[in-house]
Amino acid sequence: MARVGTKAATAATKDLIAARTFATAGMRYANATVTLDAAAPAARVSLRAADRGIGVYSRHLGFELPTTPGATASKGSTHALWLGPDEWLILDTKNANAKLVPTRANAAISATDVSHRNVGFILTGAGAADGLNAACPRDLSLEAFPAKTASRTILGKAEIVLYRTARDAFRVECWRSYVPYVWGLLVNGAQDAHL
Amino acid sequence: MLLIHCPYCEAERPELEFANAGEAHIVRPKDMSQMSDEDFEAMFFIRDNPKGINLERWRHVHGCGRFFNAIRSTVTDKFLKTYKAGEPRPSGDEIAELMK
Repeated sequence: MARVGTKAATAATKDLIAARTFATAGMRYANATVTLDAAAPAARVSLRAADRGIGVYSRHLGFELPTTPGATASKGSTHALWLGPDEWLILDTKNANAKLVPTRANAAISATDVSHRNVGFILTGAGAADGLNAACPRDLSLEAFPAKTASRTILGKAEIVLYRTARDAFRVECWRSYVPYVWGLLVNGAQDAHL
Repeated sequence: MLLIHCPYCEAERPELEFANAGEAHIVRPKDMSQMSDEDFEAMFFIRDNPKGINLERWRHVHGCGRFFNAIRSTVTDKFLKTYKAGEPRPSGDEIAELMK
């Protein structure tokens, strides 16, 4: 009898340990001009490559890495964002287990899995750019920051990667520990954009 | 807001994305162990602090991450020119031309 009781207690404790909450769980905000959503878990790679490495990783990815400032390239749910002359952020927004890091090491590239370092937020709506500009100093007009471009920049004091997926849609990638701060700024901006 | 032209992003970016990284064009000696203490001090610690035109290193830290060089006036805070790291130091004539 005592044994059974112990087993039950162990099972209950196990359930408790397994209870994990995603950093952005339940975060959603919407008004008439902006909708904010937490993005689904994604696969992410921080890629450093130059010269020969660009070709090496492009072959692994199945499409060419963008090489002009701010450019992005996509195939299905996989996106490659130019961050610097030898730096990219690679995302798979649908498949969090995507094999973005090549299994065979290659000296020409440095690909590091940072899937759990970042979280994503999706901003949509006519007021999305105005809402971001409440805390982001970048010119987000369509001439300066057209659809399908991306850039590392700053939101308040937090570093973000901003990816304009369409005219009125943005993806904000920030470090997981910045979530409460970034979310607060995004909601504030969205409220101001609606005024 | 002050806009700074990043030579790697090839565009103007807000100053909040940048960090100043001190005086530009400081050549590191090939063999530091052969330097006298005085020479080492001058190379390592002593910096100009001009009123007016200053050649500085800057870093686009919240952008492409690259270091580059800039010619900036410490009086007006105006950036006369930015150029990639490794490019030669602009001559006095070039700087005078930029100041016109």
